[in-house]
Amino acid sequence: MADTKINSAKGKTAKDLNVKPVYLESGLEVNPVYTASDIENSDIKNEMPGEYPFTRGIHPTMYRNKPFTIRQYAGFASPEETNERFQFLINNGQSGLNVAFDLPTQCGYDSDDPMAFGEVGRVGMTVDTLNDFEIAFKNIDLDKITVSLTINGTAIILIAMYVAMAEKEGYDISKLRGTAQNDILKEFIGRGTWIFPVDKSVKLVVDTIEYCAKHVPKYSPVSVCGYHIRESGANPIQEMAYAFCIAKAYTDGALSRGIDIDDFASRLSFNFDIYGNLFEQIAKFRGGRRLWAKIIREEYHAKKDSSCWLRMIAGGGGGGLTKEQPENNIVRSAYYALISALSGTQTMALCSYDEAYTIPTEHSAEISLRTMQIMIHEMGICDTVDPLGGSYYVETLTDRFEKAIKDEMKTVEKWDGIVNAVASGKIQESVSRQAYEREMGVQTGKVDKVGVNIFTREEKAKEVEFHPYNQKAADDQIEKLKKIKSTRNNQKVLECLATIKKDAQDDKNLMPSIIAAVKEYCTVGEIVRAMKEVYGEFKEPIFFK
Amino acid sequence: MKVLLAKPGLDGHDVGVKVLAHGLIDAGFEVVYTGLRKSIEDIVDIAIKNKVDIIGLSILSGTHLLLSGRMKEVMDRKKLTTPWFVGGNIPANDIEELKKLGASEAFPTGSKVADVVLYFNTIKVVA
Repeated sequence: MADTKINSAKGKTAKDLNVKPVYLESGLEVNPVYTASDIENSDIKNEMPGEYPFTRGIHPTMYRNKPFTIRQYAGFASPEETNERFQFLINNGQSGLNVAFDLPTQCGYDSDDPMAFGEVGRVGMTVDTLNDFEIAFKNIDLDKITVSLTINGTAIILIAMYVAMAEKEGYDISKLRGTAQNDILKEFIGRGTWIFPVDKSVKLVVDTIEYCAKHVPKYSPVSVCGYHIRESGANPIQEMAYAFCIAKAYTDGALSRGIDIDDFASRLSFNFDIYGNLFEQIAKFRGGRRLWAKIIREEYHAKKDSSCWLRMIAGGGGGGLTKEQPENNIVRSAYYALISALSGTQTMALCSYDEAYTIPTEHSAEISLRTMQIMIHEMGICDTVDPLGGSYYVETLTDRFEKAIKDEMKTVEKWDGIVNAVASGKIQESVSRQAYEREMGVQTGKVDKVGVNIFTREEKAKEVEFHPYNQKAADDQIEKLKKIKSTRNNQKVLECLATIKKDAQDDKNLMPSIIAAVKEYCTVGEIVRAMKEVYGEFKEPIFFK
Repeated sequence: MKVLLAKPGLDGHDVGVKVLAHGLIDAGFEVVYTGLRKSIEDIVDIAIKNKVDIIGLSILSGTHLLLSGRMKEVMDRKKLTTPWFVGGNIPANDIEELKKLGASEAFPTGSKVADVVLYFNTIKVVA
């Protein structure tokens, strides 16, 4: 009897069965039922986790040996506070920390620049010179911790500082570990901390990749972020497609410098978003992982399996959270965490339920941490690898995502590739239009959002809160910068800045001259100005008419 | 009716301001958008050059009071009387303060596009 029922729905669409049609955010239509016949021709039956093309995960047993890494974000205003935090974490057995930087550091302005007014130390640590790194990492054994630098526009300077500091303190940089976000192409689409024109910006990313591949081989110089692209309005297919096009642009640059794909690809990692339809996201990750493996093997001819791995942090989900009935965000985040785990992520981080409108409290940050821990320790999520593997629906959708992402990448090629599509504003225009349509969908009730347009109730307006601006700390930082400028060898500073300009004009890799400059305590602002004199600045394409 | 939408300072959050730009265009307004990282002086100059009827500042980094203070100063100096408003992460307690600094209205994140359009239409009637 049951069998007859399944057969009666086999291969039938919503229209055939007289139910309302369902479309995913990506535009794909979902059938009311899937059966064995939908995956008849799929290779998934023969595929094992840890084997190419890695649809089912990059490791044979995934979380059985070691669950995904839990990483929570934190920003500390001064190098001094950052140092205290490092000491605390190491004493508590942790080995990694993300460092966030303030906007002047991210955009290439020193603390005493008029453009930095009101922003010094506001959203992260301030870095003017190498001295700030030396304070932040004082008495820290760089062999024992891995530092993740959330930096893009000025990434080449901050990576140079990290390397310079390690060299000055006598570390063997060939063993130095760490990561930098350093994905400038996504900054032009979302987040906005670009400085130089698009082609020069990509050149600088490739400089860091080349330098690290040759001298700091254990360092991961780039984490490609689909996350911010999705948060800017891209759908899940575009999130993956644009991220892959970006990763390919950096890879092509690295190969053109004579680097072997197997010396670079395994150091590349990704950062993706996890909100939205549960099955759609899981298919996005599984299909995307398979496609990336094929790109690296078939197009770039990588020999090593590890080169083909889509290593990722799948987390956040800020775009799905609401200011209305904020406690609902705790529930949403638990589902998002489940999406991330069922997709075989390497690292997970969750937004705090209250961060849409206020500074997350210690309590709300603890709830995020416990959400992930409950899943690991009570839900059996780590017991078996890829538990949804073989599901008629998930496998069908995974196949469709692989194809859809590939097709979207072809569209970008038609726009003359990702670098041109970003420089002309083509991608920004289309994602911002989608963000508008999506927002209007919620505001007019076409897209259901619990607590926002359905199941609403009267609520008191949420009080938005900011850390009060610490003018004293900003003044101290400016004072410290003044002191450095008066005690450093200013003749050498000028020589170093001249070398950077010369190397930029000669189109050389800028890492060596920037490392030399930061060792003489050239400031971030001075180095950026020297580079701007040669490269110019990005002119944002404006598409509203 | 011409609206200038602007991003003062270093804050790069531009999803909201672009959503509003699309919404205003669909509602029949003419929109001039400055792009990111403009100083208040730049913004006021662009407003004068384009002869706009309303100026909107989008600020999400928490610097809205500082930047609005600067806005008042520059508007006064240039003797510009164009109505201006602020949108973004604006605490309810700061709205009065922003109005004292000369802002006509503040629209915190989560405001509906339709409400902003309605408000602009009332300005239109007054103008």
